[in-house]
Amino acid sequence: MERNGKTKKNSGERIKIMEAPIKSIKDLPLEENLLPGTPACAGCGGLLSLRHCLKTLGRNTVIVNAASCFTLLAIYPFTPFKNSWLYTAMACAPAGAQGIRDALDILIRKGRLDTEEDLKVVVLTGDGAAYDMGLSSTSGAIHRNLDFYYICYDNEAYGNTGFQWSGATPFASRTGTTPLGRLSKTGTTLHKKDLFEIWRSQKPPYLATILPAHPVDLANKFKKAEQFKGPKLFITFSPCPPGWGMDPSFSIKLAKLAVNTGIWPLKEAVYGDVVHTVVPKKFKPIEEYLKEQGRFRHLFKPERQEETIKKIQDMVDNYWRIYLSAFTGNKM
Amino acid sequence: MEKEMLTGNASAAWGVRLAEVDYVPAYPVTPQTEIIETLARWICDGLMDAKFITMDSEHSMITAAGAASATGARVFTASSSQGLLYGFEMLYTVAGWRVPLVMVNVSRGLSSPITLEPDHNDILAARDSGFLQVHCETCQEVLDSILMAYRLAEDEQVLLPVIVNLDGFYLSFTREPVEVPDLEEVRRFLPTYRPRHAFFKASQPMAQGVAVLGGLGYSYFKYQMHLACTRALEVYKDVSLEFEKTFGRKHGTYEGYMLDDAEYILVMTNSFSTLGKAAVKRARGKGVKAGLLRLRLLRPFPEMDIRNIMRGRKVVTVIDQNISIGKGGILHSEIASCLCNEEKKPLLLSFIGGLGGKNISPGEFEFMIDSMVRAVETGEVTTQKLLYTEMEWKEMERLKRIAGKG
Repeated sequence: MERNGKTKKNSGERIKIMEAPIKSIKDLPLEENLLPGTPACAGCGGLLSLRHCLKTLGRNTVIVNAASCFTLLAIYPFTPFKNSWLYTAMACAPAGAQGIRDALDILIRKGRLDTEEDLKVVVLTGDGAAYDMGLSSTSGAIHRNLDFYYICYDNEAYGNTGFQWSGATPFASRTGTTPLGRLSKTGTTLHKKDLFEIWRSQKPPYLATILPAHPVDLANKFKKAEQFKGPKLFITFSPCPPGWGMDPSFSIKLAKLAVNTGIWPLKEAVYGDVVHTVVPKKFKPIEEYLKEQGRFRHLFKPERQEETIKKIQDMVDNYWRIYLSAFTGNKM
Repeated sequence: MEKEMLTGNASAAWGVRLAEVDYVPAYPVTPQTEIIETLARWICDGLMDAKFITMDSEHSMITAAGAASATGARVFTASSSQGLLYGFEMLYTVAGWRVPLVMVNVSRGLSSPITLEPDHNDILAARDSGFLQVHCETCQEVLDSILMAYRLAEDEQVLLPVIVNLDGFYLSFTREPVEVPDLEEVRRFLPTYRPRHAFFKASQPMAQGVAVLGGLGYSYFKYQMHLACTRALEVYKDVSLEFEKTFGRKHGTYEGYMLDDAEYILVMTNSFSTLGKAAVKRARGKGVKAGLLRLRLLRPFPEMDIRNIMRGRKVVTVIDQNISIGKGGILHSEIASCLCNEEKKPLLLSFIGGLGGKNISPGEFEFMIDSMVRAVETGEVTTQKLLYTEMEWKEMERLKRIAGKG
């Protein structure tokens, strides 16, 4: 799948793209910028991803946070980060990133701040802000070609308020606001928004999906992204043990299952061109992923909802049939 | 010095240009747009060394403004009415960040019904946010207040953002002679912003805007904001004095008009005060000892100044160009609260008028002044009155008939 040293043409400009400098888990950066001792839940997949993201992003980074679970990582007078941090509000972290980026550029240009004092600006949001309320400010920042990173840790619901439906909630998931009852046995009947495609329609230089079970893939994507000036967007699959109804020790295994069943495609898009970075040789049935989680348990007990399970399997199969063949010529 | 004929909006833009701001995140909204268009043009022509950026909403605009200010840049932004309310969450947020940015609000009534002309429900909604508020009557005052606002906001005893308010249409689009100060003089009054408190840089990682839990920290930081804001009253006096020394114009926490021996006082804010002053002059012509107090600094509220002024007066009438639905005039409540413990307090009347830019006619002013005189004669204080003339009523009846509701 790799395209080492490939050149990419965009608006007449040729950029030589470095690919995959990290070969194995032994090559991952040793530095830690997110330290242990946070109030995050045990087994939080988002936190595992964030640790790897910050290893690659490095110390000189300011994290601009939107209201989400991770807002409670920094509670006065403590912060688990070696980086700087600004909590904004729910809808507007990309606008906060704009203000910081612009101010750093202006102050450096006017000689009021040394070049060495520059920072990478990173937005950190949950899926509630990324898929729903913050979409306007995110679209604006992409449109303005803001030079920033954007990390959405996607636990597929409003997690910090106790797991309610969000635009990221997948079909048939039970949440606090899409409960099971006499009139509905499915959970939500709406489908997860395709945030990757929403972002891709604006052709940012780089966007990718990541997850904590593939840290080498994750780190290489950040390494690749840093070569681009402009929006660099990441959606990380984030198993949420209390919300998804699973044992905290199972988060990484579930993330692997998400890749191997094909429900969470690992991919990237450079100026809109999509490549899948990890493609399982043989896809596992989606049932193996669903049955491990309390939020989908109603699909199996008290009786098996064959039609709903099949519908989910068909969606996964359709995705790979359409996207993989369209973008890479691969055939299933 | 020569004067130029400038609109209120152009005066605001000149204040920003002379303050040599670094960054202007913007979003258009009537009647404020002329300010940001003027700044965009100057920046585009290289007449201002700043970055201008149109954001995706006022909510984003205020966020970007606050974040840039928290990074150490001098920042300006502007809004009006619906825009101010759309960004409302971030007013409280950036004030809590203790960032010294300056914002102009061009007042306009709030939907619904949607309208364009001014009243003060928009700016007064932001009353409790932690922004300081300066309310202006003239175009000159708008320019001067912006320069003073940066000095005030950036003072280390204050470190709070400031809103400078002017009325939409009546001031924003009215040309008045304005003295545009010399840039070198402005630089002496307002040097380059070099923050020492908190800002982002690589060698000094810090967490800003972090959560607090348990009430202890929350109360502490809110009290700190309140104390800094009240402290700004003292700082304001120094800033005002230095401004007067540098530029020869005095802008106090309030403005008194024919106040010295006045027995009957009208309390007003913003551009309609000009109408009030004319009414006071007419009343004086008839031998009524009237005067006008125009509030300029609304946050911090200059309570001691107001108590001192009101002492020994017969009647005070507050004309509120706003309405707190179910209570009445907002400034009436504020004035009442600073008079209630005075031993010899004046009678206090309340009128609401000028909503959505509706005129307050000479006849209505006469009625209000007569009401004050009558209150002394009879000792009876009339209940709160909503100003609406018979002619206006008839016109509204006609409009209702057209709408099929006659």
